[in-house]
Amino acid sequence: MRCSDALGVGDDAYHRRVSAYLDHAATTPMRPEAVEAMTAAMVRVGNPSSMHGAGRAARRLVEESREAVAEALGARPSEVVFTSGGTEADNLAVKGLYWARHEAEPRRTRVLVGAGEHHAVLDPARWLAESQGASAELVALDPDGRVTPGALAAALGPQPSDVALVSVMWANNEVGALSPVAELTALAHDHGIPVHSDAVQAAATLPVDFAATGLDAMTVTGHKLGGPLGVGALLLSRTASAVPVLHGGGQERDVRSGTLDTPAIAGFAAAILAAAAERATTTKRLAALRERLVRGVLARVPDAVVNGPTDPGQRLPGTAHLSFPGCEGDALLMLLDAQGVECSTGSACSAGVPRASHVLLAMGVPEPLARGSLRFSLGHTSTDGDVDALLTAVAGVVERARRAGLTSMGAALAGTRS
Amino acid sequence: MTAAQPPRRAPSGDAGPRLRVLAAMSGGVDSAVAAARMVDAGHDVTGVHLALSPSPALLRDGARGCCSVEDSRDARRAADVLGIPFYVWDLAERFREDVVEDFLAEYAAGRTPNPCVRCNERIKFAAVLDRALALGFDVVATGHYARLDDGVLRRAVDPAKDQSYVLGVLTPEQLAHAVLPLGASLKSDVRVEAAARGLLVADKPDSHDVCFIPDGDTAGFLRRRLGAAPGPVRDLTGATVGAHEGAYAFTVGQRRGLGLATPAADGEPRYVLEVSPAARTVTVGPREALDVTGLDGEHLRWCGPTPQLPAPVLVQVRAHGEAVAATASWLVAAPAQGASPEADGDRAGLRLELAQPLRGVAPGQSAVLYDGDRVLGSVTVRTAHRPG
Repeated sequence: MRCSDALGVGDDAYHRRVSAYLDHAATTPMRPEAVEAMTAAMVRVGNPSSMHGAGRAARRLVEESREAVAEALGARPSEVVFTSGGTEADNLAVKGLYWARHEAEPRRTRVLVGAGEHHAVLDPARWLAESQGASAELVALDPDGRVTPGALAAALGPQPSDVALVSVMWANNEVGALSPVAELTALAHDHGIPVHSDAVQAAATLPVDFAATGLDAMTVTGHKLGGPLGVGALLLSRTASAVPVLHGGGQERDVRSGTLDTPAIAGFAAAILAAAAERATTTKRLAALRERLVRGVLARVPDAVVNGPTDPGQRLPGTAHLSFPGCEGDALLMLLDAQGVECSTGSACSAGVPRASHVLLAMGVPEPLARGSLRFSLGHTSTDGDVDALLTAVAGVVERARRAGLTSMGAALAGTRS
Repeated sequence: MTAAQPPRRAPSGDAGPRLRVLAAMSGGVDSAVAAARMVDAGHDVTGVHLALSPSPALLRDGARGCCSVEDSRDARRAADVLGIPFYVWDLAERFREDVVEDFLAEYAAGRTPNPCVRCNERIKFAAVLDRALALGFDVVATGHYARLDDGVLRRAVDPAKDQSYVLGVLTPEQLAHAVLPLGASLKSDVRVEAAARGLLVADKPDSHDVCFIPDGDTAGFLRRRLGAAPGPVRDLTGATVGAHEGAYAFTVGQRRGLGLATPAADGEPRYVLEVSPAARTVTVGPREALDVTGLDGEHLRWCGPTPQLPAPVLVQVRAHGEAVAATASWLVAAPAQGASPEADGDRAGLRLELAQPLRGVAPGQSAVLYDGDRVLGSVTVRTAHRPG
């Protein structure tokens, strides 16, 4: 870093470039309402736990934000536990609910999680199995990426009274498939099992009603719906009990400690209100854009395969997930990136090395096809122009990536090696 | 090769057409400056870090290697500073097959391979280059210290850093799509330049050892991977003078770590003369017995046009060894029917008669041939001839 430069400028050149951002499921631009609420709060002093006037003012903003988040998600304010984001909320839910349920009934040691869960759910479940004496079991996905009640019933097996926790995501972050969370919850509750759902993607574009599902816990995050990064919430029903992961001042219902990030919470609340206010129109608009995108790509690359449910009622409105036979996803991504079209291959490990998505593999997509997949996700700022940019580039990019795919099997420069 | 068209070349880096350059970035100072120079020359540069380990360590272990997540981040930061796109390419499987397994197989057969040569031959200037060309790049640029002008590969200007040896296995087709921007620079200048460019890797230590053996313990790595294969250590009379846990862990010319119970009659130190894992035998003897007066080599590669042989050449058998004078001639054992040995690179070998003996040359080492500072090509040593 050149220290004379102002920190925070980052790659200025990038932001001057025109690009088609088709990766809203990774993160979506902050809404103006959120920026305004956040910046207003940032310049005011006050720890919401302090007793004096500054503290009371900060606390008031936090509580108003809590009420807004609760209202938007069909929960009560006391059920909103603010966290640093989705990963923390998922960890708190998986570990916290497991520990509490297992403590109350030690025979309950099984944790059932959907095979297509985000790593923020999968990895805590595996950790419980590796170091806490639990057994982690995957609930199978159907070919569209959903967890059906039948699959959950099969996973519960003949001994559902041994199960301490079920966690199934509301909407899959890669293929956008919606699982019937209310039905799954009712099924698990028949056996006294608490249920968590990661609704990080669903809350961005769909109406999400926590109370109506009967869920015990649900994860949401700010930056997927136009709020700031670094803030989220676990909705924890009043009857659910969870052991804390972070111990300290006990600020959030004694289940989460740490000084509350007042500006981020205010921005999160402003974003969720703005998202709710325009949801009906945005959802319809995104669904139409997605339809154009998918039809356009298939017209230009006829052998591309659309992954996830075909029924619009069973998937996120703005997510399109496609496999391109004979291509490597990272080659497609790089070639599109070079043309200013930004999307995702789905999953990446810490070194940035692309692997075949565990979601696609769990859906039964063959490994070579899974490796050649891209997710295009639309959001509140998406336009026809973004889709146009993709449609202009896609045929050439796929053709080139296909040639490179053949090459990696050893065609080019043949004869120069033994 | 697939790309029949010759690449659009920039003659000396800063003139000529704008190339689409794939800069291989290890996370070290050299490849970062190489990429920077290509950017300065006006080319369209994309940085790529090669992930070569299936389970990379999070942090670098001392000065070694280029395969940790930290190295990948260093490469990414350098690309940020240069303002170029950056990606990680997963070549772990290819690297395991073509370099690590080859390394193990060579040692298991009693030979001493050079994995950097193999990596350049099969990964950097093969798998990576192939993919780059297919994806629309014109050339691959690396931070190797060697000069490459108009397709002619020469030693680097900095004699201490010269890496032409590990590139001596590249064919004209591969070299036609390579750019080596550091060949005319001194390493010390490259570090200064990196610092001036704001590249944080400016003072990162050089890597020396085999990147997939980060602790530098090659014998331990071989033992873990090849298992124990105990046997006798014999002297030239055939008498057993010690025991070993695996002949593959020894290298011709090795003196230390022999653990011999019986001292030599003359009290002089003894060296490994021969390693035969098949017979589980290591043979030791006096220093003079290490002298080699000729080499037979296979796996022939010419970096440029095939020269007229026999011809006087210079031969170098180690990455940082000295080059010695020799006469190279064709070694024709059994040429394929109807094929001239010259045209059939894989079947033809070379015999190298050395003007002065070399000490301790092991089968498996690359012998790189030079004409002055120009790299002619290379063979892999198959047999070393002792005097008499």
